[in-house]
Amino acid sequence: MSQFATHTTLPRYLREEQDRIEKIAMEYGLDFFPTVFEMLSYDQMNEVAAYGGFPNRYPHWRFGMDYERLSKSYEYGLSKIYEMVINNNPSFAYLLEGNSYTDQKLVMCHVYGHVDFFKNNFAFRATDLDASGDVVDPTAGHAGEYRPNRKWVDRMANHGSAIRRIVDRHGIAKVETFIDVCLSLENLIDPYSRFVVRRRPAEVEEEPSEVQVPRLRAKDYMDAFINPEEFLEEQKQKILEEREQQKKHPVQPEQDALLFLLDFAPLERWERVILSIIREEAYYFAPQMQTKIMNEGWASYWHSLLMTERVADTTDIIEYAENNAGVMATSGGRLNPYKLGVELFRDIEDRWNKGRFGREWDECSDLDEKRSWDLRLGLGRKKIFEVRSLYTDVTFIDEFLTEEFAREHKMFTFGWSGRNERFEIESRQFAEVKQKLLFQLTNFGSPVIKVTDANYDNRGELLLVHEHAGVDLRVDYARETMAALVRVWKRPVVLATVVDDKPALLRFDGTEHSVRHDSKP
Amino acid sequence: MSLKIDQDHSRFRNIVRGKIRQNLRKYISQGEMLGRKGKDLVSIPIPQIDIPRFTFGEKQQGGVGQGEGDEGDPIGGDPGDADGQGKAGQDAGEHVLEVDVTLDELADILGEELELPAIENKGKSRIIAQKDRYSGIRTVGPESLKHFRRTYREALKRSIASGIYDPGRPLVVPHPEDRRYRSWKEDAEPVANAVIIYMMDVSGSMGDEQKEIVRIESFWIDAWLQRQYKGLESRYIIHDAVAREVDRDTFFRTRESGGTMISSAYRLCAELIDQHYPAAEWNIYPFHFSDGDNWSMDDTLGCIELMKTTILPKVNVFSYGQVESPYGSGQFIKDLREHFGSDERVITSEIRDRDAIIGSIKDFLGKGK
Repeated sequence: MSQFATHTTLPRYLREEQDRIEKIAMEYGLDFFPTVFEMLSYDQMNEVAAYGGFPNRYPHWRFGMDYERLSKSYEYGLSKIYEMVINNNPSFAYLLEGNSYTDQKLVMCHVYGHVDFFKNNFAFRATDLDASGDVVDPTAGHAGEYRPNRKWVDRMANHGSAIRRIVDRHGIAKVETFIDVCLSLENLIDPYSRFVVRRRPAEVEEEPSEVQVPRLRAKDYMDAFINPEEFLEEQKQKILEEREQQKKHPVQPEQDALLFLLDFAPLERWERVILSIIREEAYYFAPQMQTKIMNEGWASYWHSLLMTERVADTTDIIEYAENNAGVMATSGGRLNPYKLGVELFRDIEDRWNKGRFGREWDECSDLDEKRSWDLRLGLGRKKIFEVRSLYTDVTFIDEFLTEEFAREHKMFTFGWSGRNERFEIESRQFAEVKQKLLFQLTNFGSPVIKVTDANYDNRGELLLVHEHAGVDLRVDYARETMAALVRVWKRPVVLATVVDDKPALLRFDGTEHSVRHDSKP
Repeated sequence: MSLKIDQDHSRFRNIVRGKIRQNLRKYISQGEMLGRKGKDLVSIPIPQIDIPRFTFGEKQQGGVGQGEGDEGDPIGGDPGDADGQGKAGQDAGEHVLEVDVTLDELADILGEELELPAIENKGKSRIIAQKDRYSGIRTVGPESLKHFRRTYREALKRSIASGIYDPGRPLVVPHPEDRRYRSWKEDAEPVANAVIIYMMDVSGSMGDEQKEIVRIESFWIDAWLQRQYKGLESRYIIHDAVAREVDRDTFFRTRESGGTMISSAYRLCAELIDQHYPAAEWNIYPFHFSDGDNWSMDDTLGCIELMKTTILPKVNVFSYGQVESPYGSGQFIKDLREHFGSDERVITSEIRDRDAIIGSIKDFLGKGK
C-alpha cells in the first residue's frame, strides 16, 4: 500500500488511528482500496462537497449555488458534513477539521465500509477505466487481485481543463449556457447499458429480396394443411413489419438518449466534447444513485460494528451513541436510507444465521414455529458480504424487504391529499409499500424515457416516449427540458407521455409548446 | 483564503442578481424586503434556480415513510427533503431559495432597473479620510515593490541616449540607477455627507396602508442614497397640528387624530438644518409625505414662504410625495406645483397605490440630484 501517499495532512494521532482501524477492518474481512484521508477546514469541505467530492471540476454556477447553500446551513448550524469519500482508486476521504476525536474514529470506520462497497459492488465496475481513460467492459473478468483503474479525480480534473480550454475560446457565458442544456438531459442515460449488449453491430445485408416465408416440409397433398395460406400471409406481414422497423432510426427505442444525441445530433465540436463529458460523469455518479440505501446501510453497519466491538474506548462510547443515533434518526415520518439500509443488512444477517430463508421457511404457516425458528446455520455474515457485491437498491429491496420487516419498522406509503392540501399516510399494506419504494428506486428515481424515432412524422423531428408507470411528469420542467433537447437536436422535439390519465403528445418547435391528446404518437 | 469555487459562486450570485432584477417591481410593491432586513443584509426569497430535468410531479408521486400514524394522518414536514444528507439540490421542487444581498447590491439593482443616474454631489463635502495609495514612483525602495516596466523603460531610455542600443539585438540591461519602485502617496479623500429628513403627516386621515407605502418608499430611498453617500444620516419628523422629531420606529407607528399643519413640520425641519447640518458641508434631502390635506390656505402659504426663504437655498432637492387616501383632499400638491412648478429644487410625486411606488421612486431619484 505504500505506493500511494496514504498519509497526508493527517495529524499523527489520527494517522495512528487510521492504521489501527484499517487493520481491524481487514480482520473483519472488509476488502477496500487504499484509502487516503485528508483533513479539511469547513469552507474547504463545503467547496469539495459542492463539487461532488472532487477538488477539481469544470466551471459551472450550480456548484456555486450548492456551495452557498452548504456554507449557509453550516453557518446557521443547521447541518454539517462529517465525511465525504470518493469512489476512486486510491479512495479519498475527507475529515472535517475540528470534529471530535470520537467523530473522526466513527467517520473512518464508516469510510472503510464505503470503500469496501465501492470496490466490491458490481454496479461500480461500470466506473473502471482502462489505461487510455475509457470505461472498460465491466463484465470482463480480471486475473489475480482486483486492482481497477479508477483515477476519477484526475479524470474530473481533465474534464475541467478541457472545458476551461473551450471557455477560453468561446467565452464563459456561451459555454455555461450549453452546460445548462446538457445538465438538463443528464438523467437520460441507461445505467445498465454497460452490462448488457443493447446494440449489436448491424449486419450489412444485401437488398432484401422478395419476402420468403419459410415453409414446413410437407408432402404435396398435405401442404395446404401444414402450411395454410392464411398463416403464410400472416407471417409475411410480420416479416414486412420487421423490415419496416429496421428502417427506423433508432431501430430499437434507445434509453441512452445522450449517446444517441452524441452520435446523431448536429453538434459543433466543442459542444460534442462538453456533452460527452457530462454523459461520462453522469455514468460515473449513477452507481452511487443506484445503491444509496445499500451503500449507506453497509457503511453504517460497519461503523457501528467496528466502533462498538473494537475501536471505541470507554470515553468515546456516550458521544458515539449520541451521534450514531443522530445519523440513524427517522423524523417526521421520513425514510432514512442509512437506517433502512443498516436494518435490512442486520435483518438479512439474522435470517441467514437462523436459517430463516428458503422454501421450508416460506411455506411454514405455523407462527409459533416461525418465531422460534433457528437452524443455527451461522451463514449471516457470509450472506451479507455476498449481498453487498451482487445487488443494487432495486434488487436489494425486492428480495430482502419482507413483510415482517416492513411491519416491524412501521413503514407506510404516503400521497398528496388534494382535499386537505397536505401529504397523508395512505396505506400500510406491504404490497403497496414495496411497490412504491421500488418505483422510487427504479431507474434511480428518474422517469424512463426513450428516443424512439429520429425522423418522426418524416420531418426529422425527434420523438421520445415516456414509459408511463402511473406517475405524470412535472410539466413545467418537462417543457424546459424539451427546449434543451431542441437546442441540441436543432429540430422540433415531441414527447409522448400521459397527462392526467390521458395520452398526450408534447411538442416544442423552438418557439412554441403545444399539446395534442392522441392515443398514438 | 480564496477558493476555487469563488468564481462559480460569483456567477451564481450574478444569476441571483438577474432574478432579483426581474422581480424587483413585485418585491417593491409587496414590500417583501422590509421584514427581512438585517444590519447590512437583506434576505430575499427568490424562486428556486434549478436545472430542469424530466422528473416526476412530486404530488402525484408520494413516497414511502416510516413511523407512527393511521391512514389519513398528515405526515410531518416536506418529503422533498427525505434524505436529509445535503443532497437537497436534487429534488427541491417547489422550494424557495433565500439569498442574502447587501443593501449596496440592492441599491445597484434598483439603480440599474430604474436607470437612476448617479447623484451629482453639490460639491459640499468634508475631508474625512487620508488614504495611502501606491500611485507614486521613486528611485529607491524595497525589491518587493520594484516596478519592472518602469525600470526597463528607464534602462531603454538610457541605452538609446548613450547609443549602445542595437535594434537588431534589442537587449536591455538595467543598471542600478535605472531601478524604479512603487511608492505611496497620501491622498485626501473627500467624503460626501448627506442627511435625509423624513417628514410625515400622521393625522387621522393617513391610514395604515398609506403609512406602509411611505415605509416601503423610504426603505428604497435610504438604500439608494446610502449607496451614493458614505455616512448617511436619517432624521424623522412627524406632524399633525404640531411637529416633533422621533426615532424611526415611532415614525412609522404613530397615529394621531388631530388636524394638520404642515408648516409646523417645515419649521422644525428648517431648525434641524440650522442647528445640525450646515449647508456648506451637508447634502440635505428633505422628504415629506402626506395625503395632501392641510388645515388652511394660510398655513399652506406659510409653508411655501418657509420653503422659499429658508429650506430651498440649503437643500439639494426637496421632495414631496402625496399618498392618496380616501379622506384627503389632495390639495397641497396642487399648491406646491402652482408655486414651484418650474423650480428644479422641488420634486413632487403622487402615489396612488403600492404599484405606483416604483414610479414615484423614479420621480424622486431620477433627476440625479
